[in-house]
Amino acid sequence: MNKFEKFSFDGDRTAYPNKKADGSLDIDLSSHKYIKVWQGPNHPGITGNMAVELTVCGDEVVEAKTHVGYLHRGFEKLMERRRYIQNCPLVCRVSVPEPDYNEFNYSTCVENLAGISVPDKALWLRTLALEMARLQGYLMWIGGAAGTLGFGTVGQWSNYLRDLVLDRFEELTGGRIYHIYILIGGVRNDIPVGFKQRMLDNLREIEGFMKDIRKVLFDNYVFKKRTIGLGIIEPEWIYPYGIVGPNARAAGSLNDVRKDYPYGKYSELDFEVKTSKQSDIYARAYLRYEELLTDIDLIKQILDKMPDGGEFMANIPNVFNLEIPAGETYVRSECTRGEYGYYMVSDGSGFPRRVNVRGPSYTHAVALLERMLINANIADVAQIMVSLHTYPPEIER
Amino acid sequence: MFQKIIEKINLKYPIDVVSKKSDKLMFLTVHKNTAVNTVQYLKDDLGFKHLVLLTAVDFLEQGKFQLTYLLNNPDIKIDIGVRVLIERESATMESAHSLWPTIATYQRELREMFGIDFPDSPGVNDEFILEGWNNTPPYRRDFDTKAFAANFYHQRNSRENNDPSAHMKKNLYPNE
Amino acid sequence: MSLEDLYRKTTISPDGEEFEINPIEDYFCTDKPEEVKPVQNILEKFYNWARSESIWILGFGTGCGAIEMRPLMTPRFDAYRYGIQWRPTPRQANLLIISGYLSTKTLKRVIRVYEQMQNPKYVMALGSCTINGGMYFDSYNTIKRLDYYLPVDVYVAGCMPRPEALLAGVVKLKTLIKTGMAEGANDYANRFDWYKTNQKAVILNWDMPDYNW
Repeated sequence: MNKFEKFSFDGDRTAYPNKKADGSLDIDLSSHKYIKVWQGPNHPGITGNMAVELTVCGDEVVEAKTHVGYLHRGFEKLMERRRYIQNCPLVCRVSVPEPDYNEFNYSTCVENLAGISVPDKALWLRTLALEMARLQGYLMWIGGAAGTLGFGTVGQWSNYLRDLVLDRFEELTGGRIYHIYILIGGVRNDIPVGFKQRMLDNLREIEGFMKDIRKVLFDNYVFKKRTIGLGIIEPEWIYPYGIVGPNARAAGSLNDVRKDYPYGKYSELDFEVKTSKQSDIYARAYLRYEELLTDIDLIKQILDKMPDGGEFMANIPNVFNLEIPAGETYVRSECTRGEYGYYMVSDGSGFPRRVNVRGPSYTHAVALLERMLINANIADVAQIMVSLHTYPPEIER
Repeated sequence: MFQKIIEKINLKYPIDVVSKKSDKLMFLTVHKNTAVNTVQYLKDDLGFKHLVLLTAVDFLEQGKFQLTYLLNNPDIKIDIGVRVLIERESATMESAHSLWPTIATYQRELREMFGIDFPDSPGVNDEFILEGWNNTPPYRRDFDTKAFAANFYHQRNSRENNDPSAHMKKNLYPNE
Repeated sequence: MSLEDLYRKTTISPDGEEFEINPIEDYFCTDKPEEVKPVQNILEKFYNWARSESIWILGFGTGCGAIEMRPLMTPRFDAYRYGIQWRPTPRQANLLIISGYLSTKTLKRVIRVYEQMQNPKYVMALGSCTINGGMYFDSYNTIKRLDYYLPVDVYVAGCMPRPEALLAGVVKLKTLIKTGMAEGANDYANRFDWYKTNQKAVILNWDMPDYNW
């Protein structure tokens, strides 16, 4: 017997509704057996607007449909109209909690196509910015996930801690949310004097709070009761549904872009990929908590190993006239939600021919969420959604 | 590594162009008729089981759409992009939803944003991102988003637009 | 729910009785909003003071500006000391913060939300994208200026505005309310047809009654 069978949704899919000949569900709304319930477009647990249309029978979901498009700005179209360097301030708007991943992927795409080599120091600074982005992304997620279950205190703490990281970002880059720090050819600035000490102080404070969060959240009876055994992602779903990042690692997969396809300076850093076997909401939350601690450790390592001084920007003549030979490339990196990729096609002019953003939520929030919500209780929908760490703007761009 | 894979595919399905980008990434161009079969062969027999993305590129000048199925082999950690050129006029492509359930989402987006039809793909004609759109599909090259925005939305007349290189030349290097 | 569900149709009750319904007329109020004239006396001044000290924000983040709401709710910036709190439903809120760009799909929801809110109600618009389009001036899916579709009381410029800027915007709104100048809801009622014409020009599938809440 499969150990997941106990929780499998297919197991008790017999009562309602019947399947039609073509495989679709036989849901007759006028039979008064089913009700449509809309969750969204706004939901405080997710950072962004997305609606889930639930068909419920009693309090059990029989069919779910994701509706996206509330935040569509047409980035992929706008990028085609702008010069390569003009896109740098645009791409970070694709994903608000972790804009640095967009900047990194976009810049690396252009560097790959144009054959620009990035100085060593710039790679260290990029790795630092990306790890800090991961850290604040996880802090924000823990607050949101605890908030959906009513643990308001954890949200207050983690937002305070996130503000500390944002302070360091402000010091490093000049911006709280949008940094536009990573540019084509390198980064914009060296680290300021005294940055290292202040960052270490902040990390120590975050670590202290993490012990409390562990006590309040992960050892809490209510949290355990409402998350263990719920929202299972089965290991055989990983490739059919394109599951990446912590969601896949909680199901036993070992894929981590930082280890498998090292970018930046990750090949010189010492860390291990955390996995879990349970694959329920609790396992995913705890995995993210462990990854948060890994990120703190990584930032310490980066600050230790980073050389002082040195060039942080490659010498590129007049970036406004940057013209790139025709070609195509794909660049990926590991954000808090998983594999974040940019696919870029250039045609030899000063403007990209096409840029496609592959956000991890694209598969998590649509196909996977629709599958996972079947036979869930309405009260658990919010937790399942938040436990996938979906972020709608990267679905619709 | 790539050479072996190409030889294996070539035994079953013809490959037009091979362009190797690095030792981790390669693009193949295949025929429209055998594209989904090639993708299926890569997935089932050669271990490229992770679908990274499916997207389209509009080559307006040649009158073609290029579809790219980017596949990843998580065991040997390499990527292969399978490129297919299809006609731009009344573009249709065979659906691959039987291979990955999640590809239906990509096909639904392509249907809406490029107007490429994937018959039989589940929910392909449902609105995905836009609502009530009745113009040219927006990601096509012949759709001018700036002209559309200028005509369609109420504007605030205060905005100056400058071409950056001309502007920079005029203000910073007037004598060059 | 599809467009056909909104038209006149016959339906069967749980008892098996057949009857005809017309959802747009039966379920929704189609009356126009009415102007509520402010009374120019000492009592109105007291009301305005009370209104300005209890601004309840609807927790509806429409764009990227919403990410700065969470720091505002938490101890660092602590907006609660200004009498602000976040409410989950439009019926309990009186300030709608449009936090950034609005795609036409969201604009439709925002209009519905605004019309559900009770008087007195105010609108605060964050970011350059609500002022003149900002970054997305050439985007085919976002509106370029908000004041054609909803009456805006305060704009906060920036991309994105910092929490301090948001607090400054709230303080500005408080002064406006206290001096009786925040009359957005009355403006909406007076120029209702103009607003509706503008809204219908950009929302392509207008599948709802003109004023339905």
